[in-house]
Amino acid sequence: MTDTTNTEPATPPHSQWYDVWHQFKAHKGALLGGIIFLIIVFGVFIGPLLWPYDATYIDIRARNQGPSLAHPFGTDQLGRDLLARMMAGGQTSIAVGLTAMLLALSLGSFVGIIAGFFKKLDGPLMRLTDLFLALPILPLLLVMMMLFREPLSSAVGPERGIFILIVVAIGVTSWMPTARIVRGDVLALKEREFVLAARSIGTSNKNMITRHILPNVLSPIMVSATLGIANAIITESALSFLGLGFPPDFPTWGRLLNDAVQYLQDYPERVFWPGLGISLTVLSVNYLGDGLRDALDPRIRGR
Amino acid sequence: MLTFTIRRLILAIPTLLFISLVIFLLLELAPGDPMAEVPLTVPPEVKEKMRLALGLGEPGYIRFYKWLVQFFWVEPQILFDHMFGTTFAEGKQRIISWQHRGPVMDVVVERLPQTLWVVGLSYIVGILIALPIGIYSAYKQYSLFDQAGTFITMIGYSIPPFFTGPLVIVLFSVNLGWFPFIYDTTHEVVDWDSFVYQLRQMIMPVMVLALQTTAQISRYMRASMLDNLNQDYVRTARAKGLSERVVVLVHVLRNSMIPVVTVIALGLPAIFGGAIITEQVFSVNGIGAQLIGAIQANDLPTVQTLTFMFAFLIVFFNLIADVLYGILDPRIRYD
Repeated sequence: MTDTTNTEPATPPHSQWYDVWHQFKAHKGALLGGIIFLIIVFGVFIGPLLWPYDATYIDIRARNQGPSLAHPFGTDQLGRDLLARMMAGGQTSIAVGLTAMLLALSLGSFVGIIAGFFKKLDGPLMRLTDLFLALPILPLLLVMMMLFREPLSSAVGPERGIFILIVVAIGVTSWMPTARIVRGDVLALKEREFVLAARSIGTSNKNMITRHILPNVLSPIMVSATLGIANAIITESALSFLGLGFPPDFPTWGRLLNDAVQYLQDYPERVFWPGLGISLTVLSVNYLGDGLRDALDPRIRGR
Repeated sequence: MLTFTIRRLILAIPTLLFISLVIFLLLELAPGDPMAEVPLTVPPEVKEKMRLALGLGEPGYIRFYKWLVQFFWVEPQILFDHMFGTTFAEGKQRIISWQHRGPVMDVVVERLPQTLWVVGLSYIVGILIALPIGIYSAYKQYSLFDQAGTFITMIGYSIPPFFTGPLVIVLFSVNLGWFPFIYDTTHEVVDWDSFVYQLRQMIMPVMVLALQTTAQISRYMRASMLDNLNQDYVRTARAKGLSERVVVLVHVLRNSMIPVVTVIALGLPAIFGGAIITEQVFSVNGIGAQLIGAIQANDLPTVQTLTFMFAFLIVFFNLIADVLYGILDPRIRYD
C-alpha cells in the first residue's frame, strides 16, 4: 500500500466509474430497466417526428376506432390518434418528472448539505424537514392546484402555467427524504481525515462543500434522483387523473387515463396504454435506482 | 418511556399548530370567491352581508383563531354531547361548509365509515398477505419464490392505484361481470344476501389498496428478516436443537417485527391519501371523495378541515410509531 515504487498492477488501472458500470451491468433488472427507460424517453421525444398524425388533430369521421394499421392504438372519441397522444402525453409526463426531480433534488441536497455541514443550522433545518414530512402531501397538492391554476394560467399561458405549478408543487413537497439522507452522509463525511486535511491547508467552506463534500455524497443523490422521477411521474398522473392537472385538451398519461376511464364501459381497452406507459416508466426507473444503489455502494461492489 | 411519550405529545402541539397555519395561509391566498355562484342580480351590499355571515369580514388572524377554537374546542364538545347527552356545545358556532351550509363535521361523520371500512380492511388484508411473503422470501433468499415475490412487490410498488383500479374494473366487472362497478354506499346489511353483496362490492377497492400495502410491507419484512437470520442467536437456537419452525417463527420473527410494526403504523396515513384516488375510481362516497368535491366547489372550510385531519393522522401515527418502537425494542431508550 505504501510501497509504490516498483509494483506493477496486475490488471490495467481503471477509473471508479468503470467499476460502477461493471457492477451495474451485473444487475440484470437494472440494466433492463435502464434500457427500457431510454427506449421510452427516445420513443416519446423522437417518435412524434416520424409519426404522421398530430396529437391534437381531430378527425371526427374516424372516431372510436379500434386498433388498425393506420392507428395501432386506435382513436379516441374525437378521432384523435391515440399513439400520437400517448407520445405527446409521455413527453409532458417525463418532462414533468425530470424537472420536478431536479428541483426536489437541488432543494434536498442544498438543505441536507447545509444542515450537515453547519452545526448551528442543523437543528432548525431538520425540524423544518420534520414539519414538511408531517404535511399531508396529496391533499395539499390538490389544494395548491385548485388555488393557483387560474392566476398562473392567465399570467404565463395555460400549459406553461400548469407545468410550472405542477413542477414547483411536486418539488417543494418531495425534497425531504433526499435532505435527510444527504445530511446523514455529510455528518459522517465531516469526521473523515481528508476533510481534516483539507481544513488544515485552509480550505474555505465554499470550496470544502463543492470540492470535497458534494462529490462524495453524489451516490445517494443519484439514487434518490431515480426514485424522485418515479415519484414525480406518479404524482403528476394522479393529479391529472383527478382532473386537477393539465387542461383537458392537453394530453399527459394521467389525463389520457382519466379520459379513458370515462369510456370504460364501451372501450375498456383504452385504459391499457396510458396505464402501461406510467407503470412501465416507473417500474424501469425503480429498477434503475435499485441497480444504481448496488453499483454505487463500494461495500457491495467487487463481489 | 413515559416522559418520552409526554415530551413527544407536547412537541406534537406546535407541529400541528404550524401545519394548520400553513394550510390556513395557503387557503388565505385563494383567489376564489365564495360569492361567485351568487346571481349577478343580487345587489353588492347584500353580497357584502352574505360575506359577513360566512365570517369573511374579519382579519385573517381572527378567523384562524376562530377556526382553531371551533376545531379543537367546539367540535370535541359536540362529540361529547352526542355521546353522553350533555349540552356543553349549545349555541356555539361550528365550522360551516360553504357548499352544504351545514356543519362540516356532520358530513365527515356521515362519510367516514365508508372510508374506514375500505381503508381499514384493505390495510389488514395487505398486512396479512405481506407478512408471510416477506418471511418466506427472506428464509429462501434468491429462490424462485423470492425472485417472483420481489418482482411482484416491485410491480405493486410501481403501478399506481389509478391504473390497477380501472384494470380490475375492466377485468372483473366488464369482462367477467363478477363484481359491481360502482360502490353503493346506501347499501345496508340486513341479511345474508345483502352481506354477500356488500362483500362483493368491497372486494375490488380493497384489492387495489391492499396491493400497495402488500408491496411496501413485504419488502420491509424481507429486509428485516434477512438482517436477523444471520445473527448469532439464530445459530445458538439451532444448535440447541430447536426445530426450524420455532427458530424462524418465534425467535427470528419476533425480532424482525420490531421495525415492521413501526412501518405499519407509519404507512397508515399514506393509505388514507391513496384512498382519495381509489375512492374516485370506484365512486366510494368517503372523505376522500368529500375532499375532491369540496375542492371543486371551492368550499374552503371543508378543505381546510379535511386537510388538517389528514395532517393530524400523520402526526398521530408518527407518534404511535415512535412510542411503539421504544416499547418493543428494549435496546432503545429515549431518556
